[in-house]
Amino acid sequence: MYRLADRPVARYLIGFVLAVILTAIPFAVVWGGLLTGPQAYVVIAAGALLQVLVHLVFFLHLDLKSTPAENVFFLAFAAVLIVIMVGGSLWIMSDLHQRMM
Amino acid sequence: MSDATILEEEEKVSLEAREFGFWIYLMTDAIIFALLFATYVVLSRNFASGPSSKELFDLGHTAGETALLLISSLTFGFASIAQRAGHKMREVQWLIVTLLLGLGFLAMELIEFQGMIAAGAGPEVSGFSSAFFTLVGTHGLHVAFGCLGIIVMIGQILVKGLTQPVRSRVFRLGLFWHFLDIVWIGIFSVVYLPGVM
Repeated sequence: MYRLADRPVARYLIGFVLAVILTAIPFAVVWGGLLTGPQAYVVIAAGALLQVLVHLVFFLHLDLKSTPAENVFFLAFAAVLIVIMVGGSLWIMSDLHQRMM
Repeated sequence: MSDATILEEEEKVSLEAREFGFWIYLMTDAIIFALLFATYVVLSRNFASGPSSKELFDLGHTAGETALLLISSLTFGFASIAQRAGHKMREVQWLIVTLLLGLGFLAMELIEFQGMIAAGAGPEVSGFSSAFFTLVGTHGLHVAFGCLGIIVMIGQILVKGLTQPVRSRVFRLGLFWHFLDIVWIGIFSVVYLPGVM
C-alpha cells in the first residue's frame, strides 16, 4: 500500500507542520495570556516534549525498526543521565531554597 | 572479491563507526546542555539589581529566531534528500539556503545580546544574566560551528563530488544541525516563555 508518509519530502514536511503547531501553542498561551501559573508550565512542557519527539522521528529518522539498537540505547542512556543529574540538581537546590527561607 | 570491493566495504564499515561515534558525541553534548539548563533554572530568578527577564525578553524576536532555525532544519532535510537522489547542485543550493538561515539566526541572536548588554544586563550583572549568556551563548557557538561546517561541506561537495566519505560527513553535519534545533526547543520553552510570564 502506498503511504504519503513514506515519501521523504512528505516526511520532512509533516514533521515541519507538526513542529510549527507545537511551537505556536505554547507561544500563543504565553503571548495571549490564555493560561497562567502551573497550567501554562504544563502546556509549555508538554509542547516541548512532543516537539522533541517529532524532531527525533521526522528529522533524525529515529524509529525502532531501522535505527541501530546501539543508537537507541545511547539515547535512552543519555536521557537517564539527564533525568538523574537535572532532576537531582533541581531537587537539591529547591530543598535548599525551602530550608533557607 | 576484488581488492577494490574489499576496500569499499572497509570504508563503509569505517564510516558507519564514525556515524555511531558522532551519535555518542551528540548524546554527551545533550548532557552538557541539560546541565546548563539546570544551572539556568536554579539562577533564573536571581536578578540582583539588574533588569529582570520580563523587561529584557521580546517574544516576537524569539519567535523570529525559532522560525529561522526550524525552517533551516527543513531545508537541511531537503539537502539530504537531494544527496540521496544524487543531485549535487540541488544539494548545494539547499545547503546555501540553510547556511543563510543559520547566519540570520546568529545575527538575530547577536542583536539580542547587544540589546541586553546595552540595557545593563551583560553577563557579569546577575546570576540570571550569567546563566542566560552561558546557555544561549553555548547554543549560538554550536550554530556558528554548524555554519562553518556547512561552508566546508559545500566546498567538499563541489571539489570532491558526492563520494562516500563526503556523503557521510554531510549526514553527520545534518545530525548536528537537527540536534541544535532540538536544543533550541528547550531554550524557548525553559528560558524565553517562562521568562516573560
